[in-house]
Parts: sequence; structure tokens; C-alpha cells
Amino acid sequence: MTIENGGGDVLVSARGLKVHFPVRSKGLRRRQVGAVRAVDGVDLDIRRGETLGLVGESGCGKSTLGNALLRLVEPTAGTVTFDGTDVTALDRRGLRSLRRRAVMVFQDPYASLDPRIPVGRTVAEPLEVHGLHPGAQARAARVAELLELVGLDPGVAGRYPHEFSGGQRQRIGIARALAGEPDFVVCDEAIASLDVSVQAQVLNLLRRLQRQLGLTYLFVSHDLAAVRHVSDRIAVMYLGSVVEVGTAAQVAGRPRHPYTRALLSAVPVPSPGAERGRERIVLRGDVPSAAAVPSGCRFRTRCPDVFEPCPVVAPALADRGDGQLAACHLHGVVGERVPADVAEAGRLP
Amino acid sequence: MSAQTPQPAPQPAREGARQPVLSVRDLRVRMGTPRGVAEIVNGLDYDVHPGETVAVVGESGSGKSVSVMALMGLLPRTATVTGTAEFEGRDLVGMSDAQLRTVRGNGISMVFQDPMTSLNPVLTVGRQITEGLLAHGDLPKRAATERAAELLGEVGFPDPRGALDRYPHQLSGGMRQRVMIAIALAGRPRLLIADEATTALDVTVQAQILELVARLQAEHGTGVIWITHDLGVVAGIADRVLVMYGGRCVEDGVVDDVFDAPAHPYTRGLLGALPARLGPELDAEEPPELVTIPGTPPLPTDLPPGCVFWPRCPVRSDPRCEREQPPLLEVSRPQVGGRPAGLPHRAATWCSEGRP
Amino acid sequence: MSAAADAPARGRALTAEVPRWRVTLGLLARTPTAAAAALVLLTVVLVALFDDQLAPAGPNDVDVQARLQGPSAEHPFGTDDLGRDVLSRVLLGAQVSLRVGLVAVGISLVVGTLVGTLAGFYGRWVDSLLMRLMDVLFAFPALLLAIAVLAVLGPGATNAMIAIGITYTPVFARVSRAAVLGVREQVYVRASRSVGASDARLLLRHVLPNAAPPILVQTSVSLAFAVLAEAALSFAGLGIQPPAPSWGGMLASGRGFLEQAWWMAVFPGLAIFLLVLSFNLLGDGLRDVLDPQQRSAMEAGRRRIRSRGKAEAAADARGAA
Repeated sequence: MTIENGGGDVLVSARGLKVHFPVRSKGLRRRQVGAVRAVDGVDLDIRRGETLGLVGESGCGKSTLGNALLRLVEPTAGTVTFDGTDVTALDRRGLRSLRRRAVMVFQDPYASLDPRIPVGRTVAEPLEVHGLHPGAQARAARVAELLELVGLDPGVAGRYPHEFSGGQRQRIGIARALAGEPDFVVCDEAIASLDVSVQAQVLNLLRRLQRQLGLTYLFVSHDLAAVRHVSDRIAVMYLGSVVEVGTAAQVAGRPRHPYTRALLSAVPVPSPGAERGRERIVLRGDVPSAAAVPSGCRFRTRCPDVFEPCPVVAPALADRGDGQLAACHLHGVVGERVPADVAEAGRLP
Repeated sequence: MSAQTPQPAPQPAREGARQPVLSVRDLRVRMGTPRGVAEIVNGLDYDVHPGETVAVVGESGSGKSVSVMALMGLLPRTATVTGTAEFEGRDLVGMSDAQLRTVRGNGISMVFQDPMTSLNPVLTVGRQITEGLLAHGDLPKRAATERAAELLGEVGFPDPRGALDRYPHQLSGGMRQRVMIAIALAGRPRLLIADEATTALDVTVQAQILELVARLQAEHGTGVIWITHDLGVVAGIADRVLVMYGGRCVEDGVVDDVFDAPAHPYTRGLLGALPARLGPELDAEEPPELVTIPGTPPLPTDLPPGCVFWPRCPVRSDPRCEREQPPLLEVSRPQVGGRPAGLPHRAATWCSEGRP
Repeated sequence: MSAAADAPARGRALTAEVPRWRVTLGLLARTPTAAAAALVLLTVVLVALFDDQLAPAGPNDVDVQARLQGPSAEHPFGTDDLGRDVLSRVLLGAQVSLRVGLVAVGISLVVGTLVGTLAGFYGRWVDSLLMRLMDVLFAFPALLLAIAVLAVLGPGATNAMIAIGITYTPVFARVSRAAVLGVREQVYVRASRSVGASDARLLLRHVLPNAAPPILVQTSVSLAFAVLAEAALSFAGLGIQPPAPSWGGMLASGRGFLEQAWWMAVFPGLAIFLLVLSFNLLGDGLRDVLDPQQRSAMEAGRRRIRSRGKAEAAADARGAA
């Protein structure tokens, strides 16, 4: 079964994607004794020109998935297709051209820029690597253009990263990502380290750039409100697997999977009135280790609605005809009754 | 600036009329740096009553963390702290290290942001909790261990006795933060200071911790200062809120007043910058542009002479904005039976918008 | 920290108008200790180049009549047990000591950093293989290793340099591996890889420059040890062959006469001390000046308050933020 629904030209797609990290025994022989199943069988389509939000809590594998789509992490199994080409089968040259067309914006703007290199040269790196805009003058002109594009003064190209604030550094990181005119951008927690008012600036910038340049985004974040704001569709991950996908309004407004509902109910809303009248679904315990995934449904150990089939059969992502998919045995039963109160709580007065 | 507004009679938001557990007046922190004198905190006034949660919100560099580090005497020696901070009648500012040690962890406890680095990785959880108990009280060791297990049970460990022998790396982030809270509670504090205590945690874990703190607070009547940048958390837990910018309190009041009718342009900007809608109402429409505050906060070494927010303010119009510091003045005050009751909603702005 | 970037006109930018190396030299010249160190090193180099013209006497002009004479107008540094002029020998020894230090450390710096960088960057079996090899070298006492190498190669100045170079290689391998391991995991290296940069580019552009400070410090420390190691080898008769003058050799032979003729050991010792100290101070200065953040702090510090230390300045700025 595929996740594809409602048509649209697919740019990036993953099928049965797994990324397992081996766990080795201590000592000399270092035998493999297990695996951390960071990404464990993900099917996902990202359509050209859309923003797909990927949410989940730390350790759920969302960042690893983003990295695997760009082959910055080698997948253990499954395929990734980018614009019709199988990314997992690319040779060195093919990989290089992928690196130009599919890029990443990183979380920490303080760590993602080389402190010893002027920011102009950081932005120029993709140009040098891919031989774009040859010649010192052409390159300088392109760098100036890029800096201007992200709202910085082109005159700052000779400055070093520490002379900039977090928001400005993130703009520089975005300029670097866009230098090679990519089609696909993975934003990996790109606003997580920024102050609220700066987050808003960067979110607005990302949306403006998408409109201007026709970019496709995978917006990886733990911040549901931000994901809701920027995404066309949202995928929710739990313990290495996608548990729910749908349009932003569907997932954030009428969640079907019990995990999505718990996640939404836990997001604090900046309105004291709404907060007081709100019912929280507080999940029990901790997320199980990705090295020891529960049998059947992986959410069953914390699920408030767990019943007989859950420990036995792993539920598949199922569509109920409206394009909103959830991997839950109760899908269709619970989906009917719950969303109203959650949605109520999440709305601003 | 605070001198113009005498503090109202202490009247806690939800407890009965009791003395405040902490009373801060005109707190200032200065630090010499090669770039000049940094004015990090510039005149804070607030009270914390038993059982009450006061949230201090602001972005990085607003001075919110420094302001509480100053109370606890945790700032480097290059810092100068002035003003008063009376905790149960004793002024914390100017206390000697020895006197502060009797207060720290005993009367006032602190929980920090990063539960990964706040715990000592080579000591068991049990050792780290009993350490505080043995240092302050005159409990025998066995009783201290007993009490530690009790505390772990109180903060929600399913197997408190087993947890005593665990090492921090064996626990999840949420569990580590629970241990930190257990350590903070060990001395039965009357005031708990949480400095971005849930910022590093996932939202579902954050929900657990917030619930835990609220429960413990209700049981013990602890006063809480909650420092955060997350306005959602503030809305959920605070009775009163104090918005900091450039080391000053730009707005304070009961949380509903501040969120429902923010009077300071900065507070309005901050609330507008949040992508907050999670409901289903946006089905087809394009979400709106977020409100942004242009520019960056001022450096503490280079504060503007007038309103601290003036250089970034979208509505500055009053000629005084640029030159004169606006005092923290009352915007509104809850009325009960025609007479003012409760704490006022105050803002430090020349801006007339939002004033009655 | 951020405000500077908001107003590009404010503060002097290190832009393309002034070449980087000239800015670096300029800043270095304004760091008093580093400038003094550079001056001393320059003097040593000049002495080494023009020692024939400078030395008042030949290095091996033996005058047994005037043996073990204290400093005087005729022999400012005194004479040794064979009546040779100590000043002349110190001047002529400069070349030897400098060459041994630079060449030996040069060998270990290049080989050790290469090994350590490859081991740290590629990890896995490359790391295991290279570093176990280094561990084997490291396990021998340094001097024993050098003597063993010299036993194979035969005594002499060139072979001494090679022997000392081999001895210090594992130290550089370890220091650079540790530094590279730290830098390799930095997000900016991943970011550069994500836009398609090759391994060579990652290494040369991002990893090595950022791993350089500890290697630089190790270099200045090792220079000191190399000069002293040469002394030990010469003392054992395996290094510079007498009667050719070297500071190490002079120090070694002067030791036997400490009570009768302190000047025999003290003056070459002072020369070694000055050389080593200068290497260290220059290394520290270079490290600071090459760090963009320190650099800005230095510039800001100079602009505002001249008296305070730069490290403290940076720490304060971070604390305040």
C-alpha cells in the first residue's frame, strides 16, 4: 500500500525505509548483539512544492529519516526515490548532483557555521563544490544575491559567524542551503534553537522563499504549533515509524491516532483561559528504547486505549477515504468521538 | 522607576492573605566587561506568595535567569547586585556565602534546564538526594535514605527503592528532571525556582512535569518562580507573569490580564509571533504571516536611554520614548464591589494603546 | 555580540581590502609577549645566518692556557675546559639547535598530524591500525627509541633530527587525532558534507583549521623538547659530533664543571631557555590571533578598555549573554 493520495506530483518518496544502527558487544570481537531501529519501515511521499511537516518527540527517528532521505545516513533497507531516481543506488557522481538539488538546514545556528571561515565563503561553498558561477567576481555577486535573498546586508560577507545573532546565523545557513538552487530542503529542527520572535522571522522567511523559489520542504520539528503553521501536510512519527499522515488541518485539528491526540493535548497554548478548560491526555511512562521495540503496535505500552489485538498485530497505516491515514486498530472507532475536545483546547479564543 | 508605584498590599492570587515568601525590590545586577558595564537587571519589583506561581518570561539575554541567580548568590564575583530580596524577612542580597548556604536547598531550591548536566554522572541517584538531606538536616543516614525513597515516590518513580541505586545515565530525560525536583524538594523549600526546567523536555514529558509541580505545590503551599521563554507554559501554570526585556520588567500582572490585553508593544509582539493555532478551523486557508519583531534585543552594555524597546518598537510615537524611561504604571486593576482588589496589571510604556 | 552585525558600518570588518595575513601580523605585533618572542626568534635566525661574521673567535680555537676563565672583556661568556670562547660557541651553536628543533619537529608534525588526522577522520580500522602503530612507538621510552633509531641509521646531526622526529611523532598523532575527533562531529562539518563537499575539502577547509590550536600548542612544546633531546643525544655521543658546537652538547659538557665554571652551562642553558620560551609565547600568540572570536575580542578590547585580558573579555561577553 502507498501513502500517495489525492494526486500531486511526487518529488521524494520512501518505501519500506529502514535505518538500523548496530549495537555491538563490548570487548575485542564486537559482535553485533542488536540494533537500534531508528527508522523502521517508513513509507512516505513528499509532493513537489509542498511542505510536509514531520513531528515526533526526541528519539522517534524523525531526524534520522530526514538524513536518510538525503542519504546523509545510509539506509539499512528500503528505497528512497528523488525525482524519479533511486537515491540508494547513486554512485559518487550521482550523489554529488543530489547534494546540489537536495539540501538541509540544520538546527543549531551556532554550531552549523565554521567559526574560522567568513560567512561569505560558507555561503559560497556549494558554488565551489559544484563549480557554479565560476570566477571570483561572479561568485561574489551570487553570494551577495543570496545574502540579500535571506534578508541580510550583502556587505557582511567578510564577517565571521560569532559576529552574528542566532537568527542571522540561521539566515546564513539558509543562504548556504539555497546557493546551489536546490529543489528539496530538509529543515531539521531549523527553528528549535531560536527565540520566539526570531522563530517567527525565520518561519516567515522560509515560507517566502518557498513561494519565491518553488521549493519543496520537509519540515522536521518537535514543535507542533510551528509545524501546523508551515505545513501543508503533517506526518507524525513514534518510535521509528509513521503513525499518522494527513493534511495539516486533519492531523492538527482532528487527530485519529491516540499518540497524535496525546501529543496535541500536551502542547501548551498561550491562552490562560484555554489552558484552564483543557483536558490533558498525560501519557504514562517513557518512550521505549528503539533497541527493544514492543511487539504489535509500538505505541501500545503507553496507549490509553489499548485492547486485545494491539500486542499481537502491528497496525498498518489505513485510509478511511479522506486521505488521513492512521496506524491504529481503533482507527475509525476512536477517530469518531475524540477530536472535538482536543481541537477545542487547541484553538485560540 | 518603581518608586512611583508603591507596591499594593500583598494579596496573593489564590491563597488567603498571607505574607509573601519572597519580596524583591529594585533588584539590579551590573557586571563589568571589556565592552563596558553591562546592566543586566535593572530594577525588578515583585512578590511571591505561598502557593503562588510567578512566571518570568523573556527571550535570551533579557536578564531573566540572571535575576534569580542573583537571589541565590550564584553569580560570578564580577557582578554587583543591589536592591533587596527579602525571603521570610531576611535580605538575600548581601548575605554572606555561609548564610546563603543555609538558605539554598533548604528554604529556596532551584531546578535547572538541563537534567543531563545538573546531575553528577558518577553518583547514584540515592547519593545525590541524601547528600542534601545530610548536609542540612541532622538526619541519620538510614533515615535520609528512607526519606530519599519517599521523595522519589512523591515525584512519580514507580519503584523508588530500586531507583535509589540507579545512575543518571540509566534514566530518561524526564526521569532525571524528576530526580532534580526530588532533590529540590528534599529540604522542604518554601520557594522553588525553576529556570527553564522543562525546556529540554518533550511536550508529553513536559506535561507530566508541569502536572507534578502543580500537585506538589498544592500539597505543600510552595511559592514558585518559573522562568521560561515559553508563553504556552506560562499560560498553563502561572498565577502572575512578569515580562522581561533588556533587563527591565516591561509588563506584569495577573496572567489573564496580561495575555488577554497585553499593554506593552513587546508583549503584544511576542504573543503575535507565536504560531499558535492547532484547531481545525484553518482547513483550506493559507495561515497568516506571523507578526515579527524586527532587529535584535539591545546589548546590556549598550541600553537605549529611553524605553528599552524603543529601537524595535513598531508603534513608537511619543517623543518621550527615545529619551525617557517609562515607569511601570498601572494599566488596570481588578475591581470587586467597586473597590480595587488583587494585584494591578502594570506596563512600562509611553504607548497609550491598551491603557484605560 | 549581535548588534555589531546589525550595523555593518560600525566596527572595522576584516574584509577583503586588507589581506588576512597582514591583519594577522598586525594583531600579532600588537600582542606584547608574542611580539617580543618574534623579535627573539628573529635575532636567533639572524645569528644563525651570520654566525661567522658575529663570532669573535672560531668555535674550536683551543687555548689551553686560558681554560675555564670566567666572563671578561675578552671572553664575555668565559671559556670552557679547553679554553674555547663560550660566546662564539653559543653563537655558532644557534644554527645547529635551531635546525635540529625545526627539522625534527617538522618531521613529527607532518607525519604525526597526517596519521592522527586520517585516524580521527576515518575511524574504524584505519584508526585502529594507525593508532596501535603509534602506541607501539609511544611505549618505548623516548630516548631509548631515539638511540635505537640512531643505532640503525648511524650517528650524526641529520640522523639525530630524524630520530627525534620519529620519537615525537606519536604525540602529534594523538593530539591531532583527539582534536580531529572533536571537530569531525561538529555540525558545520556535516553541513559542508551535506552540500556535497569531498573528504579532502572537509579535511583541509574545515577539520584541520579547527583542529589546529592544540596541534600548534604541541608544536611549541615539542620544539622545546627537541632542543633538549638533541642535548641528550649529543651527550650520549650520538647527536652532533664534537667538536662541532651545539647548545645541548655544551650544556651537557658544562654540567661536569658547574662548580668551577658555571658559565659553561649557564650561557648555553640561557640560550635554550630563551629559544624555547619564545617558541611557546609565539605559539600562544598565533593561536589567539588565528581564532576569529579572540581576534574580535582583541580588537574590541583595544578599542574600549586597553588594560583587560582578552580571554577574560570573551568569557565575560559570553556570561553576559
